[in-house]
Amino acid sequence: MSPVSKLDEQAALVMPDRGRAALNALVTGLACIAAALLVHFVVGSMVGPFVTRIMLDAGVMIILAVSLNIVNGFTGQFSIGHAGFMAVGAYVAAGITYYSSLALFGSYQAQTGLISVGSLIFAASALVGGLAAAGAGWVVGLPSLRLRGDYLAIVTLGFGEIVRVLLQQSNPQLFSWDETRAASLKELVPPPLGGAQGFQSIPTYTSLFWVALFVAITLVFCFRLKRSSEGRAMLSIREDEIAAQAMGVNITNLKVRAFMFASFFAGVGGALYAHQLGTALRPTDAGFARSFEILIAVVLGGLGSISGAALAAVLLTVASALMIELGPWRMVLYALALILIMIFRPGGLFGVKEAWEVFGGLWRRKAVAR
Amino acid sequence: MGDLLQTLITVISVGSLYALIALGYTMVYGILKFINFAHSDVVVIGAWTSFTTAAVLLPRLGVTPTEAPWWAAAGVLMLAMVVCGLVGFCVERFAYRPLRGAPRLNVLITAIGVSLFFQNFGQLKYEVLKPDGPGKPAMSLPFGAQPQGMPRLVGSRALNDATVSRGTLAGVDGAVVRLSEGVSLEERRQYSIRVTPAGAPRAIEAMVVAPAGRYEPGQDLRVGFMPAGAAPGSAYALVRSARVPIQLVDVAIVATAGLLMVLLQLLVYRTKFGMAMRAVSFNTTTASLMGVAVNRVISLTFVLGTSLAAAAGFLYSLKYVTLQQTAHQGWVLLGLKAFVAAVVGGIGNIQGAVLGGFLIAFVEQFGARYISSDLRDVYVFGVLILVLLLRPTGILGSTVREKV
Amino acid sequence: MVTAKWLLCGLGLVALSAMLGLTGCEKKEGGGASAGGERPAPKAAAPRGQTPVGEGNTYDTGSGPIKVGHFGSLTGPQATFGQSTSQGLRLAIEEFNAAGGLNGRQVALVEYDTKGDAREAGLVVTRLVNSDKVSAVLGEVASSLSLAGAPVAQQAGVPMVSPSSTNPRVTEVGDMIFRVCFIDPFQGQVCATFAKERGISTVAILYDQSQAYSAGLATEFERAFVKLGGTISGKQTYNEGDQDFTAQLTAIRSGNPGMIFIPGYYTDVANIAIQARKLGVTVPLLGGDGWDSSKLAEIGGTAVEGSFYSNHYTVDDPSPVIQDFIRKYRAKFGQVPDGLAALGYDAARLLFEAMARARSLHGGHLRDAIAATREFHGVTGTISINDKRDAVKPAVIVEMKGGQPRYVATVNPE
Repeated sequence: MSPVSKLDEQAALVMPDRGRAALNALVTGLACIAAALLVHFVVGSMVGPFVTRIMLDAGVMIILAVSLNIVNGFTGQFSIGHAGFMAVGAYVAAGITYYSSLALFGSYQAQTGLISVGSLIFAASALVGGLAAAGAGWVVGLPSLRLRGDYLAIVTLGFGEIVRVLLQQSNPQLFSWDETRAASLKELVPPPLGGAQGFQSIPTYTSLFWVALFVAITLVFCFRLKRSSEGRAMLSIREDEIAAQAMGVNITNLKVRAFMFASFFAGVGGALYAHQLGTALRPTDAGFARSFEILIAVVLGGLGSISGAALAAVLLTVASALMIELGPWRMVLYALALILIMIFRPGGLFGVKEAWEVFGGLWRRKAVAR
Repeated sequence: MGDLLQTLITVISVGSLYALIALGYTMVYGILKFINFAHSDVVVIGAWTSFTTAAVLLPRLGVTPTEAPWWAAAGVLMLAMVVCGLVGFCVERFAYRPLRGAPRLNVLITAIGVSLFFQNFGQLKYEVLKPDGPGKPAMSLPFGAQPQGMPRLVGSRALNDATVSRGTLAGVDGAVVRLSEGVSLEERRQYSIRVTPAGAPRAIEAMVVAPAGRYEPGQDLRVGFMPAGAAPGSAYALVRSARVPIQLVDVAIVATAGLLMVLLQLLVYRTKFGMAMRAVSFNTTTASLMGVAVNRVISLTFVLGTSLAAAAGFLYSLKYVTLQQTAHQGWVLLGLKAFVAAVVGGIGNIQGAVLGGFLIAFVEQFGARYISSDLRDVYVFGVLILVLLLRPTGILGSTVREKV
Repeated sequence: MVTAKWLLCGLGLVALSAMLGLTGCEKKEGGGASAGGERPAPKAAAPRGQTPVGEGNTYDTGSGPIKVGHFGSLTGPQATFGQSTSQGLRLAIEEFNAAGGLNGRQVALVEYDTKGDAREAGLVVTRLVNSDKVSAVLGEVASSLSLAGAPVAQQAGVPMVSPSSTNPRVTEVGDMIFRVCFIDPFQGQVCATFAKERGISTVAILYDQSQAYSAGLATEFERAFVKLGGTISGKQTYNEGDQDFTAQLTAIRSGNPGMIFIPGYYTDVANIAIQARKLGVTVPLLGGDGWDSSKLAEIGGTAVEGSFYSNHYTVDDPSPVIQDFIRKYRAKFGQVPDGLAALGYDAARLLFEAMARARSLHGGHLRDAIAATREFHGVTGTISINDKRDAVKPAVIVEMKGGQPRYVATVNPE
C-alpha cells in the first residue's frame, strides 16, 4: 500500500457522502455529453467540411498534447515518444473496428447514425486502444524507475522507433471476412495490419461528437488529476524529486502511473485519428516526427498548463492549415517561428499557470490554488 | 568466413563514421548538458557542401572531379569543415546562447526548430551561378530536393584485387573484347577488365561475364558492358576481385576519421584550451570563476563538433555516393544512430563516443547480416534500451549522484 | 505581466477570428450530408453510375478558369517525386492553356503540399474539393497518401486521377477514382516473365519494406515468378533511409542468384548497384518504373550498366509525342523528365481530354468521360481506362546501356 493511496483512502473517509461524489461524476459526465452534442449539432451545422476537418485534427491534437502534459508537465519527466503510444492505440482500435465490421456487417463501411452498433463498437475499440497503449506505457514507464531526464527521453524515443519498425513487420491487410476466416496462422501472426503499405479502409466513425466528447473527458480528467492528491504528488516530483520522496511520495509508482494515464489518452487520440475520413494509418505515424509535433504543443502551451497545451494544440493545427498555401516556405517559417518563440517566450503561452490564472486580473476571478 | 570478414570491414568503416558524428553530440552534451538534435543536419550540410564544391567549383577551377588529385579531395574536406564550423558557430550564437539557463525542454525544442529549418531550407533551390559552358553545372543554393551523385574523388577500386593478366586489346566489339594474352578464369570468382584509354589518367572498368575456363590469346571474352573510350590497342589489365575486397574509400574513411580523432584527443587532453573545455564541462560556474572564458569555450566546442560532423558528411558522401536531399530519412537515421552511439558509450565521454560508434555499427551490421535485415533499427534501439537499463549512464559514462 | 495578458488575449482573438474567417470563406454545400454531421458512408466498391450525375460541385456555369487541384509531396522526404509530378502536370496545363484551353476557358492549378504525410493529404484534399471547389483532383504519388485523399474526393463527388499510385486498392475506393499508371500485379508479372524469358531460374529480391510501392511489387513479382517455375534464392529488405546495403548484398551473394530484383526508387537503386558491384556481384539487376530517372545513370554510373527495368516508355522511342514531351520539358525545367513527370503530364492531359468530351464539368459527367477514355495516346503509352478505373497499357522493358535506357521489349496486357 503506497502512502499516496493511503492518503486517498483517508480523504475518502473524510468525505461526507459517497453518493454526492457519484452524483458529481454523473453530472460531469452528462455535461461532457451535452457539450459534445452541442459541438456536433450546432457548431457542426455552421461550418463546412474543411473547417470540420481542422476541428477534428485540432481535437485529436488537444487530446495528445494534454495527455503528454501529464508526463512532461505534471511529473516533470521527459517523454519524446508519445506518437508511439498513439500509434499503438490507433492500430489496436482500427484493427478491432475494421475486422469486426467485416465480421458483423460484411463490409468496412461505417454505419450511419450518431449512435449505432458500429459506433458503439468504435467507442469500445477506442477504449481498448487506450488500454493497450496504457499497457505499453507501463512497459516504458518501468525504465523511468532508473532513468532520469535526457536518458528517459532517449528511451521513449527508441520506443517510438521500435513501434514503427514492428508495425512495418505486420502482415498484409485482409480485405474480406471470408479471406480473414480462411487465413492461415502465418497470415495472422503478426497481425494483419497492413505492414508498410499502411492500414486502410478503416470505418470512418470519428465525428465532431466523438472528438468533442473525448476532448471533454480528457480535459476533465486532467483538471481533476491536477487538483487531486495524486496530481499534487506528481507536481511535487516535478518540483523536487528528492524532497517529494522525503515527504513520503511514492515516486516510482506515480511516475509509472503518469506514463499510463498519458499513454491511455494518447491511445484514445490515436483511435480517433485512425477513424477519420481521409487518413490511412502508416507505421511512420509512430515515428519521432509526430512525437516532436506533440511535444512542441506542450512546451508552447507552457509545461504543466492544461489550458495552455490545449490552446497551443489548436493554434498549431489552425496555423498549419492556414499556411498550406505557402508551399515549401511553410516549414521554413514554422521552424523559424519555433526558435523565436522559444527565445522570446521561453515559458510558453501560460508558463505553468492555467489560462484563467493568467487572465485572472481581467476577469476578477480568484486564482485557483495550484 | 568471407562474409564475416566483409561484415567486419563494413563495421569498421561505418563505425568510424558513427564515431565522428557521435563525438559532436557528446562534446556538446558534455559542456552544455543538452541534446543537440540539429547535429545530424550539420552532417547533411557538410555532405552537400562537399558535393557543391566537388561537382561545381572544382570543374570551374579546371579540375575534373573524377581525376582529381588527392589534395583536391583534402581541399573539399577542409572547405566543408570551415563552412560547417561557421554554421555551428552561428547556430550556437543566435539560437542556443540566448537560451542559456532556460529549461532543458526549451533548448531541445529550439534544437528541433533549428533542425527543421535546415531540413526544409536545404530543399529550396535557387540558381546563383549560371553554368559557364556546356556540361558545366550551374551552382544553386541551397541544395534542392533532387538527390545528386557525389563525384568519385577517391577511386572506386579495391586494394586487394589481383591482376591476373595484362595486354593490349586486339579488338573491341560491343560487350566483347579480344584478348592478346591467355588466361584461366576460375569458377565462382568475379573478374573485371580494366582498360586504360590513351591519355586517360584512370582506367575504365568492365565486368567479365564470360563463363569460367581457359581463354587463349585472340579468343573473345564477354564482358557485361564496355564503356565508351575503350578502343583496340588500349592497354588492359584483367583483374580478379578479392573475395573480401578492401575498398580504397573505406581505407580513406578509417584513416581520416582516425586522424581527426587522434587530433581531438590531443586537443582535449594536451592543450590549454582542452583543459578549459574539460573545466567548463565539469562545472561551468567554477570554471568561469577560475577565469575561463566560458562563452568562448562553448563557441569553440560547437565549431569543433560541427567541423567533425562536416568531415563525417564528406566521408559519408564518398562511401554512399547518392546524396539524398536534406530532409531524407537516411540523414535522420544516421544522426539518430550516431546519437545512440554517443549515449551507449556514455554521453559526455569522448572515448565512449568512439566505442559506442563501433558497437552500434557492429550490432547493426551483424544483426542485419546474420539475423534479419528487417529489424536492423530495432537492434540499434534495443541495444540502447538494454545498455541504459544495465548502466543508466552508458558504458563509460560517469554516474552522477543526485544531490539534495 | 499586464502586457503578457493582453498579448495572450490578442493571440486568442487572432485564433478565433482565424477560425471564423475560415468558416466565412467556405461556402456551405447543399444537402445536409456534409458539415460534420453524420457523414454518408463513402461509396466504396459502388457500381459505376451510383453517384448521381450532377451531385458533385456546380462550378462550370461560370466563365472563369477551370480549377484543377493537385496534392503532392512538394516538401519532406519524398519531395523529389512530388516535384517531378508537379512539373509534368504544369507543362501539360501550360500547353493546354496555350492551345486555347477548354472552349476558351483556361485551366488554373491549385496545388497543395502533403509533406508526405497521410493526415496532411486528407486535409488538403478536403480543402481542394470543398473550399477551392476544384473540378478534378490530381495526385498523389505514394499509394498510401492517395488512399488517404481518395475517400474525401469520392465523398465530395469530385473525380480524382492518380498519376502514379500503383497499389490496386486505390481505385477500389470508389467510382470517382482513376489512375493512369499500371498496377503492381501487372508490373510484377511483366518483370517475372522477362526474367524467365532471359533464362534466369533463380532471382534474389531486395526491397524497401517501408515503401508500399516496393513491398507490393516485390510480393507480386515473387508470386508471378514462382508460378512460372522460378525460385527465389533470397528475400532481403531495407528501410527508407538505409544507405548501407552490404549486409543484404553479402547475404544475396551467397545465394548465387542469376538476377537481383530491386523494386525500389532510383534514389536507393544507384547506391545498391554501386555497393553490389563493389562486392563483386556482377549479375544484372532488375527493377520497376521507380528506377526511371536520368539520375540513375548519373549517380550509378557503370554500376547500373546492363541492368533492366520495366517502364512506361523509353526516351529513345522515336514517337513524336514522346520526343516532343522530352524536348519541351527540357526547355522548361532544364532536366530530362523522369517517369513520374511523364505520368503527371499524362494524368493532366488525359483529364483535359476527358473534360473536352464531358457533357459538363459536373463530377458525374466528368467521371463518365474519364471512364470512357479509350486509346488515349499519352507519353507513357496508349491508355484505356478499364471497368476497374485502372489504366490498361503496355509496359516496356529497357536496358541501361551507355548511361541511357534502351528499348528491349514491349509487354502488352492480356
